[in-house]
Amino acid sequence: MKPLSFAFAAGLAVASFSTAATAAEITGAGATFPFPIYAKWAEAYKKDTNNSLNYQSIGSSGGIRQIRAKTVDFGATDAPLKGDELDKDAFVQFPMVTGGVVAVYNIPGVASEKLKLSGEVLADIFNGKITKWNDPKIVQINAGVTLPAATITPVYRSDGSGTTSVFTTYLSQVSETWKSGPGAGASVQWPAGQGGKGNEGVAALVKQVPNAIGYVEYAYAKQNAIPFAQMQNKNGKFVSPDSATFQAAAAGADWKSAPGYGISLTNQPGDAAWPITAPTFILVPKNPEKPEQVAEALKFFDWAFKNGDKMAVELDYVPLPAQVKDLVRATWAADIKDKSGQPVFKK
Amino acid sequence: MVALSQERLVSSISAPVRRSPPKAFDRFFRIASLGSALLVLTVLLGILASMVYGGAPAFREFGLGFITSSVWDVQRDQYGAWVAIVGTLTTALIALVIGVPISLGIAIFLTQLCPLWLKRPVATTIELLAAVPSIIYGMWGLFVFAPLFARFIQIPVSNLVEGIPIIGTVLYASVPSGVGILTAGIILAVMIVPFVASITRDIFDQIPPVLRESAYGIGCTTWEVVRHVLLPQAGVSIIGAVMLGLGRALGETMAVTFVIGNANRLSASLFDPGSTIASRIANEFNEALGLQLNALMALGCILFLVTFTVLVLARLLIARVNAR
Repeated sequence: MKPLSFAFAAGLAVASFSTAATAAEITGAGATFPFPIYAKWAEAYKKDTNNSLNYQSIGSSGGIRQIRAKTVDFGATDAPLKGDELDKDAFVQFPMVTGGVVAVYNIPGVASEKLKLSGEVLADIFNGKITKWNDPKIVQINAGVTLPAATITPVYRSDGSGTTSVFTTYLSQVSETWKSGPGAGASVQWPAGQGGKGNEGVAALVKQVPNAIGYVEYAYAKQNAIPFAQMQNKNGKFVSPDSATFQAAAAGADWKSAPGYGISLTNQPGDAAWPITAPTFILVPKNPEKPEQVAEALKFFDWAFKNGDKMAVELDYVPLPAQVKDLVRATWAADIKDKSGQPVFKK
Repeated sequence: MVALSQERLVSSISAPVRRSPPKAFDRFFRIASLGSALLVLTVLLGILASMVYGGAPAFREFGLGFITSSVWDVQRDQYGAWVAIVGTLTTALIALVIGVPISLGIAIFLTQLCPLWLKRPVATTIELLAAVPSIIYGMWGLFVFAPLFARFIQIPVSNLVEGIPIIGTVLYASVPSGVGILTAGIILAVMIVPFVASITRDIFDQIPPVLRESAYGIGCTTWEVVRHVLLPQAGVSIIGAVMLGLGRALGETMAVTFVIGNANRLSASLFDPGSTIASRIANEFNEALGLQLNALMALGCILFLVTFTVLVLARLLIARVNAR
């Protein structure tokens, strides 16, 4: 190396304040739902290892598009890909963290967690079949709560979103009419109500319109102090949303029952399980063109599994149970190989 | 005036002749500016081509039904643009009905009636309105305007008209949430006022003062001067200004998405939620895959054509006036 270019390189190293020239930058894109926790992990990871993560929350479908086009090291999606899609694209899919969706409401005189709803009632409200708060079906499960004879305004997410996907998946599981009607997906044809853009749009409409009901991510409802309802779970028990009930839903699940861990955590059995719980997923290529980048990404996820649980709980996400993390690590070691057939992930 | 310009001409001829730049530079300059002009054209054609290419599968799948169907069902992959087209045209029309008279009022006040000291503050304020980003209008519309609108307009009006035929349907809010077609139209009106007002003001300014002064001279009132001198003189140019405002109203995305209520339903009431082409695209593009993406591109195509037609009409009208 010529002295001049050596000096130049040294200057660069000093200028960028990096101790090692090999600091990796991992790129990822996708779901907006886990963005706050990925961002928090990335910040802590950078402090810990000097490696950085550049995650763009462009939406689940966007994440899938980007990882298919190989412009990012990993994609993130709320709605899992099915087995045949994973095979076709040669992706490995695994869960990262779980969270819950809650029904938020604005009924004058009814405080947070005072309203109780069952899945069927919730589906009928969003289907426009139950239109008044004092409908016998609602009154029946809300003994002791005074409900007004007011018209219910359902509020939904107008933008395609993982939250809607989770919510409508649940409604399809508990109501045949919902399943054969609007169905489940990131955006569906809503029979009634008004659409707000994003969590903040839904929250604003629910707050402004008396007697409205909507759905948002739990963290969003909690941080903004919007009243949310108790839900009846599969075992018939009424539960409030919190990390304990989310965890109960994740614990009872059979993660190995679907390829790529693509199970749904909605309507899980268990006395304490919150019925509208969902994991969010990561997609990486099975035989990456840039194995060293994927190795860096897996190192980050492994680090997050080891060190990230506390941060996740602080942001009202629910970490995966330890045995699920071990399953995921085993999947990394077994399925993600470089060109010579060596596993990319090293412990 | 004539004498003045002749004087200028003479003085520029008698000025010392500057050394002309080398020929090669001149050619380079010519090519560079031609390139810049062609670039804009290429980009425009490229956008149009990629929209047509992206939208083609949807047009092939649904044919004319894509325009006339009002079903938009992502789960069953059935797409029709009718609700969005109607919403786009309705909100733009409301914006014009509200915005154009206000804009004309502003222009007339500024050019005819305004005391000199007030002229600059008013004109500046209006130009500042044009510089407010549309997301700000959206947020203001949703968080500030909509609640006030619900409380002071929707609820009283709904109570008043309930039961009356036609108007009891058009102005009845089944859900007084403050958002809906009319709210979107009003927000759009606020957004187009600065454009239409400042262009109309320029048009009025170009009318020779001698016409106005002679009208005053024969004893016309201000109203008569405006009605019989200014408006006929400005004539078609005002329509050109309105068309430019319409172009903006048709394509506005973010502000409308916030306040229109985003429902894919045709409704007889102006207080009910709806959607526009631009708001539909803004809502669904992030999470769209496959045919849904094609359908959104096809929507974009339709919007492109509508806006393009409006702008071409505006240009033609202005050109016709200039030729007179």
